[in-house]
Amino acid sequence: MAEALLEVRGLSRRFAAVDALKEVDISVDAGEIHALIGPNGAGKTTFIHHVSGALQPDRGSVHFAGRDVTRLSMHQRVAAGMARSYQITNVFLGLSVLDNVALAVQGRPDAGGSFRFWKPVSSEQWLFDEARGYIDQVGLSARVETVAGNLAHGEQRALELAMALATKPQLLLLDEPMAGTGQEESTRMVELIDHLARHVTILLVEHDMDAVFRLADRISVLVDGRLIATGAPEAVRADPDVRRAYLGDHL
Amino acid sequence: MAFYRPARYQKPFVILLLLALLVLPPALYAWGQAFYIGFATRILIFALAASSLNLVLGFGGMFSLGHAAFFGAGAYVAALCMDNGISDALLAFPLAMTVAGLLALVVGAISLRTRGVYFIMITLAFAQMTYYLFVSARVLGGDDGLPLAGRMTLGGLSLTSDGALFYSALGCLALVMTFLGRLADGRFGRTIQAIRDNEARMEALGYPVFRYRLVCFVLGGALAGLAGALLANLTGLASPNLLQWTQSGTLLVMVIIGGVGYLYGGVIGALVLLCLEEVLVGFTLHWHIGLGLMLIAIVLFAPRGVAALFGKSNG
Repeated sequence: MAEALLEVRGLSRRFAAVDALKEVDISVDAGEIHALIGPNGAGKTTFIHHVSGALQPDRGSVHFAGRDVTRLSMHQRVAAGMARSYQITNVFLGLSVLDNVALAVQGRPDAGGSFRFWKPVSSEQWLFDEARGYIDQVGLSARVETVAGNLAHGEQRALELAMALATKPQLLLLDEPMAGTGQEESTRMVELIDHLARHVTILLVEHDMDAVFRLADRISVLVDGRLIATGAPEAVRADPDVRRAYLGDHL
Repeated sequence: MAFYRPARYQKPFVILLLLALLVLPPALYAWGQAFYIGFATRILIFALAASSLNLVLGFGGMFSLGHAAFFGAGAYVAALCMDNGISDALLAFPLAMTVAGLLALVVGAISLRTRGVYFIMITLAFAQMTYYLFVSARVLGGDDGLPLAGRMTLGGLSLTSDGALFYSALGCLALVMTFLGRLADGRFGRTIQAIRDNEARMEALGYPVFRYRLVCFVLGGALAGLAGALLANLTGLASPNLLQWTQSGTLLVMVIIGGVGYLYGGVIGALVLLCLEEVLVGFTLHWHIGLGLMLIAIVLFAPRGVAALFGKSNG
């Protein structure tokens, strides 16, 4: 088997008396959509925080693209090709859609850095041209000049995704991209993620099981900070441990 | 907040203001009010100092209560330069900026690892340490400060006349404001403004937040050092008072009155505060009461500063 793009081994983290994550091993292969599911409080977002570098683990390691990134800070991991979206929409509400995404383009290592003190950004047309490309991809072309704070919730989720894409990631960490969106919006989001997956590997945390089973190549199940199953969707669906954890849930 | 954009009428307005300031000294001489040239110079210098803090606070979002350390350090470097035979401002001013900038680098490298109230406290602590260090050093004149034997020259031109110093201060302020205006509208300015608004998101976009913050802090410190060197020339003294935390407070009040994060917020704040002081002192010894009332009025009726009253002009 080819080497995994993301290889997490023995990841453990304790918060006070709670084992938020305990010996979690997950590997994400290049090109797949890997879904991470589990009941509320299972540690899914905590896991994403550790992979993205927002938090540091007590034990365990994170390897990305063949390189140990366990001790790298978040911005270094982004530069290495990892991008994340947030469970709670996290965009610059005072800026236009275009400025939000242009800021993401500007932050990329190949953009040349931001220690530039003299040239107006408005003269760097390419930043905005490229930003428009990503805005197109997520279907926000009609809202380019709109201030992010005035977007509908689903549109903000899409903007969040465009910003992550603008960092040109190899791996996208999506933390509940469907959270709080309506039926129609989440259908569009599923199509969008399916489309993106042709170019980029995705680790998806999601509660919407219809979406998960439509999208995922493989599924890992986290319960109380422990990994209880990982495998193809059908195998995971039939797993007795998983069924017990989701007792009563519509799996 | 949206990114800074130069307001539509900003350029012609600033050019008009600049022209008016150019003819101010001869006009004051003609009216026999030459005393006010020194006062006007003081406003220009504080406008520069407050603008340097506005870069750190308004654009960078760093609530520093230790900015006076860099301001005062600039003044002391100017005095030490004069003592040691460096009387050309072309050499002494960059030196003052370098020393103040280095001090800011040390303070920033440590303080910027903290946030919120801790950042305010640690910058204050560093400033107070600097103050006591300077006061206790005999070579720096202790409590009395360091007097300057005279004023500097600027590339052979003497700054002894009040007019010459006024024009040098005006030149420095114009250069710095031009630089800050370009900076705010450029990549660096956008970066620090976005960091001010949402630091974690910038980190998640791949920006090394700490580095950008630190550079902003150091730039602000260096510019404050320039203002300090100018002030030492004006008053003929590098006084420990310049390093006091109350001085940091005065600069903060100027920025807040003028408009935090507005390009000309520091300039407007310095103008308003120093003029208020000048006028109120004429009425009563207890002018601080009047000043306090005025400040309350400004905060109540223009909570985002005087600059914000000019609509969305960011001016």
